[in-house]
Amino acid sequence: MDFHTLIQILDSTIRLATPLLLACLAGLYSERAGIFDIGLEGKMLAAAFFSAALAAMTGNVWLGLLAGIAASLALSALHGLASITFRGNQLISGVAINFLAAGLTVLVAQDWFRQGGRTPALSGNGRFAPIDLPLADTLRDVPGLGPVYAELISGHSVLVYAAFLAVPATWWLLYRTRFGLRLRAVGENPAAVDTAGVSVVGLRYGAVMICGVLCGIAGAYLATALQAGFVKDMTAGRGFIALAALIFAKWRPWQAMWATLLFGFLQAVALRYQNIDIAGITIPVQVMDALPYILTVVILAGFVGKAIPPRAGGEPYVKER
Amino acid sequence: MNASATPPAIELRGISKAFGPVQANRDISLSVAPGTIHGIIGENGAGKSTLMSILYGFYKADSGDILINGRKTAIPDSQAAIRAGIGMVFQHFKLVENFTVLENVVLGAEDGRLLRPSLARARRILKDLARDYGLDVDPDAVIEEIGVGMQQRVEILKALYRQAEILILDEPTGVLTPSEADQLFRILHRLKDEGKTIILITHKLREIMDATDTVSVMRRGEMTATLRTADTSPEELAELMVGRKVLLRVDKAPARPSRKVLQIENLRVADDKSVERVKGIDLDVHAGEIVGIAGVAGNGQSELLELLGGMRPGTGTVRLNGAVLPLEGAGADGQARRRAGIAHVPEDRQREGLIMEFHAWENVAFGYHHDPAYQKNRLWMDNAALRADTERKIGKFDIRPADAWLTARNFSGGNQQKIVVAREIERNPDLLLVGQPTRGVDIGAIEFIHKQIVALRDSGCAVLLVSVELEEILSLADRVVVMFDGRIMGERLPGETDERELGLLMAGVGSQAA
Repeated sequence: MDFHTLIQILDSTIRLATPLLLACLAGLYSERAGIFDIGLEGKMLAAAFFSAALAAMTGNVWLGLLAGIAASLALSALHGLASITFRGNQLISGVAINFLAAGLTVLVAQDWFRQGGRTPALSGNGRFAPIDLPLADTLRDVPGLGPVYAELISGHSVLVYAAFLAVPATWWLLYRTRFGLRLRAVGENPAAVDTAGVSVVGLRYGAVMICGVLCGIAGAYLATALQAGFVKDMTAGRGFIALAALIFAKWRPWQAMWATLLFGFLQAVALRYQNIDIAGITIPVQVMDALPYILTVVILAGFVGKAIPPRAGGEPYVKER
Repeated sequence: MNASATPPAIELRGISKAFGPVQANRDISLSVAPGTIHGIIGENGAGKSTLMSILYGFYKADSGDILINGRKTAIPDSQAAIRAGIGMVFQHFKLVENFTVLENVVLGAEDGRLLRPSLARARRILKDLARDYGLDVDPDAVIEEIGVGMQQRVEILKALYRQAEILILDEPTGVLTPSEADQLFRILHRLKDEGKTIILITHKLREIMDATDTVSVMRRGEMTATLRTADTSPEELAELMVGRKVLLRVDKAPARPSRKVLQIENLRVADDKSVERVKGIDLDVHAGEIVGIAGVAGNGQSELLELLGGMRPGTGTVRLNGAVLPLEGAGADGQARRRAGIAHVPEDRQREGLIMEFHAWENVAFGYHHDPAYQKNRLWMDNAALRADTERKIGKFDIRPADAWLTARNFSGGNQQKIVVAREIERNPDLLLVGQPTRGVDIGAIEFIHKQIVALRDSGCAVLLVSVELEEILSLADRVVVMFDGRIMGERLPGETDERELGLLMAGVGSQAA
């Protein structure tokens, strides 16, 4: 593998890791506040469809992004209502949201566009274009660092940069602000937060809404930046991979970034090398495609050491004396 | 208002609160002078905690007024209680386990949106509080790594950091060693000397007598009396709590121990996390004696009981009536132990002693459902016989309500325990294991359960009692063995020792190794 191929694979890694990273951070906010969210997948899918639909209808990708976030927020609000206000089972609410999104997106897509459950292909202002960072072209020919800057770092859509900036921002919010302290506390022991005179419900809704926004961006990125339009089930389990990455990262933001980059890397390798010959045996494409999912299973089976989730996670808060 | 008289720090006027048909508090009035320690005593379910939850804004009273320093104050939520200068130390601490002391103190009382200035200020204030009240705690220690005594200090610090002038403590000594409890009371006295008002909720008469200036007694949701502590006696308080005369000391004849029933040699038991909890103990229990194991919770007593009850494997030698008991694998389960003649009243009756959603008569069968008396034939159980047996036990043990069809959850703590005790004692076992027989049980039922245990002893049963209540051990046991960190620290006769000496042994200090 030469240097140029490596750069290309890493470039592709960043693109593929971005939706995972956004969804992983989304899950981080929610779960740190004690609300388990397996509905990341459904929220991303809904956001992907509505962002592509609005972008296709208006030709403006920013309106598409807003529509995607709004759709994801609506599902977040539903999850919040079920699991915070009505103290329902968070897993069941999440599963319901996944089913709802999977069915609804295709149904509405067919009704609106009549293209077999897709949106029309996006082009021009209907998509997020790559951004060339300053001096990218000038530095391209500098040996070594030139291609790294010009191809790896420059030339991504604005959402990619936003996703990676969200990592330090999340870290700062979590560990350096009052909101972060309370958010972490409410996921560990909501009674402590309640007796300290802070609203458990308010904090948890706040976290679930942040989760909604991030999932919305992740979905919009899939349909309007990574791809050019919505197709059925286009999230392809990314919401669940993001959850595995979240466990892998033990609910910490920097580790979440590395974990999602690892998954993105596997996806990039699978895309690049459809068939690999090792010692005369051809590994079929399906094996490569399955790699990220296999890693997910391995992680969830507990091969990464003990991951202790937020202690109050999944438990509705009932005030007792 | 008379200028010379200070208004009471807290005054309650006609507070009532009902949960559905249950009247938890009925027309309660109370007045606590500033700078005093006021005790509130009552049985479980008397309404003490409800009253304090109203004062801390957890519940809203159906009627009545709260006056703080003579001014009528509405307390709709905890924030309002904190603003009114009320701090609460709950029985179960409200701390974030993986946060530091400093973070727990600051949580909810931050200065601004950024954390660092808040933490820096809190660090300074904690230093001052430590100096003023003797409340030394390492601000950077993580909660789950410090002991319960320290955790309780953090709760007090949280209240003081919020500038509480009135401190409510709910059963504060339940988890403490006697020496930790002494330290707590020293701190409370210093707080009182600084002008703070303290309300102490407890069911321990001795604490009321030792620590308080005035005391109120609650029974069945009503405030039955408020007295000056100096003018009353434990006997009078107990009678006010229960509504009849109560025997505070267990009335029993001297033990007449005979043959060795239980012989334990070099026993080792690990807990669920494979941490060794019982680290090689030797112990004999004779027929006709009660051996009490004292110790702070978590020093291996639970694991010892669970091993003997067949709930947990271990290594070493255990003999029952001379025959070696298997300690792991087949024949080491609860069923085998019961067949061998060991009855077990487990420590946590709600999780190990009963199935809360099952009827009383179903619970009476557990562990003994193979009893031929309960079988109609090889296939069917004789539920009618089982129910008849339950009715008989209900009568004999005065279980209320007297309804075999009620689910275990619907009995009070004391009556739940009576169901378990009735089931286990009625078998005339050779060895009775009893864990925390009176935890969360009201005084009347305690008296009854103690009598039953003594009666069983007198009939020749060996009894091994584990309790964190020293008073209970001292009054019930014929021999006291103290466990600390999985080892036996010493053995004493109840008549020849006191809580002080046992307390030191329980803390692992000054011992003759047994």
